[in-house]
Amino acid sequence: MIVSKATPGAAAEVGAPNAREPVQQCLWLYERMSLIRQFEERLKWLVETGAPVGPVHFYIGQEAVAVGVCAALEETDWVASTHRGHGHCIAKGVEVAPMMAELFGKLSGTNRGKGGSMHITDITKHILGVNPINGAGVAHAVGAALSAKVRKTKQVAVAFFGEGSAGVGTVHECMNMAAIWKLPLVFVCENNGYAQTTPVEYACAVGKIADRAAAYGMPGVTVDGQDVFAVLRAASDAVERARSGAGPSLVECMTYRYFGHHQSDDTTRYRPAEEEKAAKGRDCLKGFRDRMASEGPLTLAQLDAVDQKNKLRMDEAVEFAKSGPLPEAADLHTDVYVPAEKSPS
Amino acid sequence: MKESTALRELSFGPSINEALRQEMRRDPNVIVMGEDIAGAAGRAHLGFVDAWGGPMRATRGLITEFGPERVIDTPISEMGFVGAAVGAAMSGLRPVVEVMFVDLIGMCYDQIINQAAKMHYMMGGRVKVPMVIRTAYGTRGDKRSYGGGAAAHHSQTLYSVLAHIPGLKVVVPSTAYNAKGLTIAAIRDDGPVVVLEHKFLGLQAKGHVPEEPYVVPIGKAAIVRPGKDVTLCGAGRMTHLCVEAADALAKDGIAAEVIDLLTLNPLDEETIFESVRRTHRLVVVDEDTPVCSMARDIAARVAENVFDYLDAPVKTVTAADTPVPFSAVLEAIYTPRVEQILEAVRQQMG
Repeated sequence: MIVSKATPGAAAEVGAPNAREPVQQCLWLYERMSLIRQFEERLKWLVETGAPVGPVHFYIGQEAVAVGVCAALEETDWVASTHRGHGHCIAKGVEVAPMMAELFGKLSGTNRGKGGSMHITDITKHILGVNPINGAGVAHAVGAALSAKVRKTKQVAVAFFGEGSAGVGTVHECMNMAAIWKLPLVFVCENNGYAQTTPVEYACAVGKIADRAAAYGMPGVTVDGQDVFAVLRAASDAVERARSGAGPSLVECMTYRYFGHHQSDDTTRYRPAEEEKAAKGRDCLKGFRDRMASEGPLTLAQLDAVDQKNKLRMDEAVEFAKSGPLPEAADLHTDVYVPAEKSPS
Repeated sequence: MKESTALRELSFGPSINEALRQEMRRDPNVIVMGEDIAGAAGRAHLGFVDAWGGPMRATRGLITEFGPERVIDTPISEMGFVGAAVGAAMSGLRPVVEVMFVDLIGMCYDQIINQAAKMHYMMGGRVKVPMVIRTAYGTRGDKRSYGGGAAAHHSQTLYSVLAHIPGLKVVVPSTAYNAKGLTIAAIRDDGPVVVLEHKFLGLQAKGHVPEEPYVVPIGKAAIVRPGKDVTLCGAGRMTHLCVEAADALAKDGIAAEVIDLLTLNPLDEETIFESVRRTHRLVVVDEDTPVCSMARDIAARVAENVFDYLDAPVKTVTAADTPVPFSAVLEAIYTPRVEQILEAVRQQMG
């Protein structure tokens, strides 16, 4: 249940995620991917220069997945996110200024300094939470889909999870329940190849996570997660199926995280350098720019202007974060319980 | 109120059933879900409907009134469906989930303690998680003298591991009357509430239950029997043990006050402190095992706040510090007994 409190920060400038008009849609896709990249790169710089932002899991490299999926959604559709959730939040329209303030532990943050990176969210954007307990958020998406079905709202829910969380029992319970109840749900597995340091080929007996869909009686597809248009097509099909009442689908997006599991993780201890180089050569933003340059409809100058606007937005976000108020000691005890006067009786 | 309804009596399970039914009528967003809460799921076309209704039969008959969209039999997937209830609560429903026995709490502990309990806080108060987890607990106690009970995986109390969690409210009804009122209060609460229902209250819990919906407030203990010499404090079936002990003490001229805690978290400290200020003695009776228990928590709170009023050390009577044994002779001595309460009071009266 959403508590109607305004989220701090600048007004929304999200654009048109599911615009059917190609220029508007392409602008939105690039603007969000670029903003995620810039948010994470700025954050990485802040981390490396000693900003006390707590543990963070960078989304750099995976932008096309969050953006491609969210482009297939309506504003009131739900998403449940993972520990690597900044990208999902931005793709769903959360303002970057209060997000950055949250990372600085400020009262002006999305969660009033109570959540940090691993819980950063804005429920008013219909995000059920960023969640660092692997697989836990998948169950929340099942609940939101159930809620949509019972209340007949026509909403769809998306459960983002990594290929590592594909090994969690909750995820299997949820796939089965979603299938038997034909819930309006899309399971999106972001297969970035590694659960911290554990390679997917070690932890998963079948070649593709999507192959498991058959065991739950739902369609499963594997798509190139570095191609935002491929993700968008697969997500749109799955969302359409969900909204029509035909039940859940599993979309596995093959992607790559460019940096460590978190800021203190050294990928050279478990990933071959050639693999990293090859993967980074298939960058989703570069691929998008190449495609626009050869096919349009956007020009590189338009994309550069988007990047420049996002840079200014990030400058403002960091300033908003740094200048915001810290919580007071009394805030420690607020919001443990919903105050009785807010509960109907 | 009509004369006939004023005297109506219900037992424990039917009073919870009535609470669920009335709240489902009142609010279309209230749903119930759990394993076999109706039973024979999906077999209506073969004439099978409502095959079981859970260990307390508290959900029996709901599916025929509200249908399978709001009375949802789940697969054996506690982590999945309790988690789904969290998501459903965040997105507009008021789910009431049944975890068949509290012993199964381990299967869904993350969703209860990390998700439901903390979501409101972690999101800075911007989301509410109005959900109820109903679960059955407890041993048979000392009423039988042969055979076996349900043993270590179907007899525990375990509420201390729930009451321990900030953000989670935990209530333990002891009678049909407060079971209905606490269940309704739990459903209307805007946060997660666990309702622990004792499996073996039997006729002890039966009593007058008004037909109209009513709330027994969460966070408020009840003095069920006034007294001036010693305070006995219990919850669930232990409250009835305390009353039995008070009856026995009365024959010796000792007036025991009995407090029914009703809510374990947030605990109604003030009712306990106020009683201790008058009686100067406290025995806490707790069906859970003793380490990190409610009993010792209450003893510590009393020691910290009203120590100067005590004429004797606080005593605790708890389950044995063992798993629940199978054999009835062992189960009977595992579970707190009236004679242990009497012995504790005698020691205090010195």
